Amino acid sequence: MQAYVPIIALAALAAGFAVFSIVAGALSGPKRYNRAKLESYECGIEPTPQAVGGGRFPVKYYLTAMLFIIFDIEIIFLYPWAVRFDSLGVFGLVEMVLFILTVFVAYAYVWRRGGLEWD
Amino acid sequence: MSATIGTSVVLAADGVEGFGADPWWIIAIKVVGIFGLLMVFTLFNIWFERRVVARMQHRVGPNRAGPQGLLQSLADGVKLALKEDIVPKGADRIVFVLAPIISAAAAFLAFAVIPLGPVVNLFGVRTPLQLTDLPVAVLYVLAVTSVGVYGLVLAGWSSGSTYPLLGGLRSAAQVISYEIAMGLSFVAVFLYAGSMSTSEIVEAQASGGQLQLFGMTLDMPSWYAVVLFPSFLIYVVSMVGETNRAPFDLPEAEGELVGGFHTEYSSLKFALFFLAEYINMVTVSALATTLFLGGWRAPWPLSWVGGGVLNTGWWPLLWFLAKVLLVIYFFVWLRGTLPRLRYDQFMHLGWKYLIPGSLAWILIVATVRTATTSETLDRRTLILWTLGVILGLLLLSFVADAVRPRRPESPETTGAATAGDGAAPREFDPFAGGYPVPPLPGQVRAEPVLTSARPASPRGSTRLDEPGEPPAVSSGQEAPRA
Repeated sequence: MQAYVPIIALAALAAGFAVFSIVAGALSGPKRYNRAKLESYECGIEPTPQAVGGGRFPVKYYLTAMLFIIFDIEIIFLYPWAVRFDSLGVFGLVEMVLFILTVFVAYAYVWRRGGLEWD
Repeated sequence: MSATIGTSVVLAADGVEGFGADPWWIIAIKVVGIFGLLMVFTLFNIWFERRVVARMQHRVGPNRAGPQGLLQSLADGVKLALKEDIVPKGADRIVFVLAPIISAAAAFLAFAVIPLGPVVNLFGVRTPLQLTDLPVAVLYVLAVTSVGVYGLVLAGWSSGSTYPLLGGLRSAAQVISYEIAMGLSFVAVFLYAGSMSTSEIVEAQASGGQLQLFGMTLDMPSWYAVVLFPSFLIYVVSMVGETNRAPFDLPEAEGELVGGFHTEYSSLKFALFFLAEYINMVTVSALATTLFLGGWRAPWPLSWVGGGVLNTGWWPLLWFLAKVLLVIYFFVWLRGTLPRLRYDQFMHLGWKYLIPGSLAWILIVATVRTATTSETLDRRTLILWTLGVILGLLLLSFVADAVRPRRPESPETTGAATAGDGAAPREFDPFAGGYPVPPLPGQVRAEPVLTSARPASPRGSTRLDEPGEPPAVSSGQEAPRA
């Protein structure tokens, strides 16, 4: 854990700087109330009413997030395999080919079903 | 901690074990040093980018504040600090304030494991010019850059406004899509270096073996940018996507989304997002330098000077910064050259080219490496197997292509949508979609009489019936540009 101590120190400094900036920004700027200024910005027209929590947005984004998880897990398996590749030999290669092909089936399915199309 | 470790002097950078055992004041100096370096580099970068883009566009760029306008970014920062800090009515206050903090703090963290140089003498203590190193350093970088995505999403969501929400979602989808390609491009590097620690990857790129050719001994290139060029290519494309920079700056497409996720932010909160974006740019450039461009080591002709004296002491910091600046120049160059992609083109590139391409490249690298290092397998068998697998995949793709049902060309789709399909020139109705569009290559404009093929847009056809005005307007607009 010794190697993580400097990271914590850097994180503390960075977060401290960010918090300081926010506080300083709130204190240093002027405060002039204007009702229109607090409306959400929509290029000057009356803002569209927005549901609390963002309302609904396209299901495509959820799909992208789920695909991301699948491939991220694949990456997590690939990293230790790559680091220890030379000592695994042919066995490691064959196993990884099988694994990548298996994930590739899912990828081909998503592609085929139009999951990668944006219109 | 200081009493026990303070006396033990860390000497070598061999292996990851030596890191993190510095005396506390050395750690403090390094932390402040990296923080300062990133701040100054960011201020410099903004100036650098504006000046270089200005040159590319035959302008002068900022040249008033300070010598050559160097203090312009600082002046802008002060100006932002003196602006009103607005929290819009519909915003979720806590998350709205939290988002820039997450974004900025996470941006600084990745630099903790970037090696800036070899072991140097810092106030009498010999210590590597690197804050710390982990056995999983590159994974750590990916992890903290992912935390930065939370900043974007939360900023977009908490603003309680339409454009920021769309921009935030786009940013998130974009960053996670390109993070996969980025992560996959590292695999070949780890495979060659046999490590995920940044200092060991730099070490692995120190020398690249020798080649006997016509009686001469030639040094092989050792940078992974050369050895693993496809990986480098994939990394470069995905790093631009990952940092939301032109030509992939869709979350900030002013024409459609105003400012993207930070539309509602003002004052220093906006400055924090700006800072985070530029630090991220530096981070991915530093990562490119470390993983692909030989890290802090002097580039080729310089590495021979004085038997490698330029690779010792404080010199490497210079090479490192020069390489990072070179990559940043590349960023600026892209911005000055390429137009922005459309969102579907962008996702198409990421999901359908970069990801399968990098997976295939990983398999090729692994196979070649097994063939060159394995003793149990002779090469002929392996080559035959590889050919067999490739042929099998080709066959599979042909079968898949044959089985796939062709989508019938329905008459409902307009000319613009199916333009690429038909070889014969198709007539199309320029007003079919309700607004006029120019014909695509291979399309001919229908005669006004024939446009009744699709009666859905009466407004368009009535306009076409009087062919005098719309063409005159369009030609009048086109003429000055040509």
